Amino acid sequence: MASAFEYAPAPESRSVVDIAPSYGLFIDGEFTEAAEGKVFKTVSPSTEEVLSEIAQAGEADVDRAVKAARKAFVKWSALPGSERAKYLFRIARIIQERSRELAVLETLDNGKPIKETRDADLPLVAAHFFYYAGWADKLDHAGFGANPRPLGVAGQVIPWNFPLLMLAWKIAPALATGNTVVLKPAETTPLTALFFADICRQAGLPKGVVNILPGYGDAGAALVEHPDVDKVAFTGSTAVGKAIARQIAGTHKKVTLELGGKGANIVFDDAPIDQAVEGIVSGIFFNQGQVCCAGSRLLVQESIHDELLDSLKRRLSTLRLGDPLDKNTDIGAINSAEQLSRITSLVEQGEAEGAERWSPACELPSSGYWFAPTLFTNVTQAHTIARDEIFGPVLSVLTFRTPDEAVAKANNSPYGLSAGIWSEKGSRILAVASKLRAGVVWSNTFNKFDPTSPFGGYKESGFGREGGRHGLEAYLAPSSPEGER
Amino acid sequence: MSAAEKAVDKSEQRRLSVFKTYKLYVGGKFPRSESGRVYEVTDSKGTWLANAPQSSRKDARDAVVAARKAFGGWSGATAYNRGQVLYRVAEMLEGRKEQFVREVADAEGLSKAKAAAVVDAAIDRWVWYAGWTDKIAQVVGGGNPVAGPYFNLSSPEPTGVVTVLAPQESSFLGLVSVIAPVIATGNTVIVIASEKSPLPALSLGEVLATSDVPGGVVNILSGRTAEIAAPLAAHQDVNAIDLAGADDVLAKELEIAAADNLKRVLRPQAVDYARTPGTERLTAFLETKTVWHPTGSLGAGGSSY
Repeated sequence: MASAFEYAPAPESRSVVDIAPSYGLFIDGEFTEAAEGKVFKTVSPSTEEVLSEIAQAGEADVDRAVKAARKAFVKWSALPGSERAKYLFRIARIIQERSRELAVLETLDNGKPIKETRDADLPLVAAHFFYYAGWADKLDHAGFGANPRPLGVAGQVIPWNFPLLMLAWKIAPALATGNTVVLKPAETTPLTALFFADICRQAGLPKGVVNILPGYGDAGAALVEHPDVDKVAFTGSTAVGKAIARQIAGTHKKVTLELGGKGANIVFDDAPIDQAVEGIVSGIFFNQGQVCCAGSRLLVQESIHDELLDSLKRRLSTLRLGDPLDKNTDIGAINSAEQLSRITSLVEQGEAEGAERWSPACELPSSGYWFAPTLFTNVTQAHTIARDEIFGPVLSVLTFRTPDEAVAKANNSPYGLSAGIWSEKGSRILAVASKLRAGVVWSNTFNKFDPTSPFGGYKESGFGREGGRHGLEAYLAPSSPEGER
Repeated sequence: MSAAEKAVDKSEQRRLSVFKTYKLYVGGKFPRSESGRVYEVTDSKGTWLANAPQSSRKDARDAVVAARKAFGGWSGATAYNRGQVLYRVAEMLEGRKEQFVREVADAEGLSKAKAAAVVDAAIDRWVWYAGWTDKIAQVVGGGNPVAGPYFNLSSPEPTGVVTVLAPQESSFLGLVSVIAPVIATGNTVIVIASEKSPLPALSLGEVLATSDVPGGVVNILSGRTAEIAAPLAAHQDVNAIDLAGADDVLAKELEIAAADNLKRVLRPQAVDYARTPGTERLTAFLETKTVWHPTGSLGAGGSSY
């Protein structure tokens, strides 16, 4: 849509980051080739340009990395917490120093707008390391009894939607508690994890404490199954989460799973409409909707449906889609061709089932993976687009009349990760928030994260919490053998 | 009348005791098993004690329905109220101590004195957990110092409907040790009693029914542990499972079934039930909910006074 105040392009410079033509696996402090010699390419989703060639981890590499982590565990876990803390503080500082480089790199590899990597991802990544650094020498005060013990080797598998942030969520608490780590980044976004390996080197982190194994699902499965892995942490799809829960049954492995969601964003008739529209937009279009806690189901009180939808459509018409390195871009590229086809097929199903599809006039670039911001009206709870996680910039709009109906509809999902409430009435917010079966409830805001705040789901959105004091629990065993805490 | 005849006559005049028909406890009622099956329960020396109901898959499903129905009210009750109810269980048990001492002595082959100590410990455990109901939120929840103009609060909430495989050996203290923490935090529970020694558990149902515990909050099944646990571990409306009473093989099988709807699983572990427990059994069946709200200002608001 033509605007009275059209912005000129303002692309971020790529020159702040040097991407090597190829990268190895990071095992025991060294970059090495994969045992089977396999490699894969990582592309920029916005241009389909090949960014680099990456060694592809297999079972033998997983074994090598776990052995390195096991060896490193002996010394790392015996270090005084205050020393571990200093390593983490160093890492946090180096992340801050290299923040611009990492933001550009993340945008290139993931396709999300630089505005988000620069202003959301990277500050949060550094903040997570700072937060957990401070815990390393205070674990006696974390509420798990005196002298809680680390578990050992943590096998961590992370997704492509927040590559570096998910790495931080996994690695910071693991190291603070004295565990060592083998982390598998997603196959479409391995680059920032490999740059993180370099940060570990700059920080002087002992060899083997952090190992990075880019690869596909088979490497992730081998890591989860490895008998010498004591703790499994996974963020990703519910289907894979269930497979992991089955895999580790009957073992001693502790597990945390951060899985899918179908967040309800509930707007009451007394909500501040303009703020609510902003919250709805950030709820579903932040990171192209590729967010497990996205507010993908908008529940609008019937009496304000038309007014809200008009405002929302007007606002969507001002969103700018395009070059993710442009500082004015709101909507970047979808992460992969595979994800784009999943979004496309679910949206087609939404239309076929009778929901009404709308998108603003929006020109899509000719190369790369793109999907225009989309909303569906006339959606019922039975529609696939109201039940399945789409993981894309697609909002389903439903209505309700009473707070009870809003709660019933919001909870009508096997997922239970996030929810939003928009109302000026405090008592209503508290009453509704207490009835929602979701791990995070944002009132009059949405998609806010902070290292001090536990994050995680109810029901099929997974086990356990990441962030805050609660996030330590996943990496600690009680000091007494009888299970006392 | 011969001497022999007189002796018979005298014994017939002695009062014959009234046996109890042990029944399940589901939804606040005492049904027999839907299957109509019973199995023989003997004391530690093999002497017959009673026929206990041998629950079926249908009984297990009925128990889930009852537990789900009770969840809203029980989880919505104030923590103070739940504490009062748990304490009331201790009061009721204290008055029926003798019955439980006898049942525990029979079930576990303990002397009367030892059985009495076990029952005392079980009563005290109800008191201990009664005190936890309104404190756990303060211990594991709280406000988070967010770096931005927001207020947020993390609070524990019950996971939902929990299946508990009661410990096999500790028929009463172990049983109480696994039930009380689950309901203290607002969950509702389906308990599979010790397979060999289910009678103290079935009698506990009678106590719960008279203790202000709403019907359906605790549901007690007896029978073959593996047979009853299998459909419960796979049940889509059960949110968590405590495998205390499962052996390694059964535990693995149930953990795999539980993965289907990502039930929270507490694996079997060596526990000395005589010791005062920690908070692990309380927190194992809690979720943490973090609620955010804008404050419009940072920190304490920057007031100069």
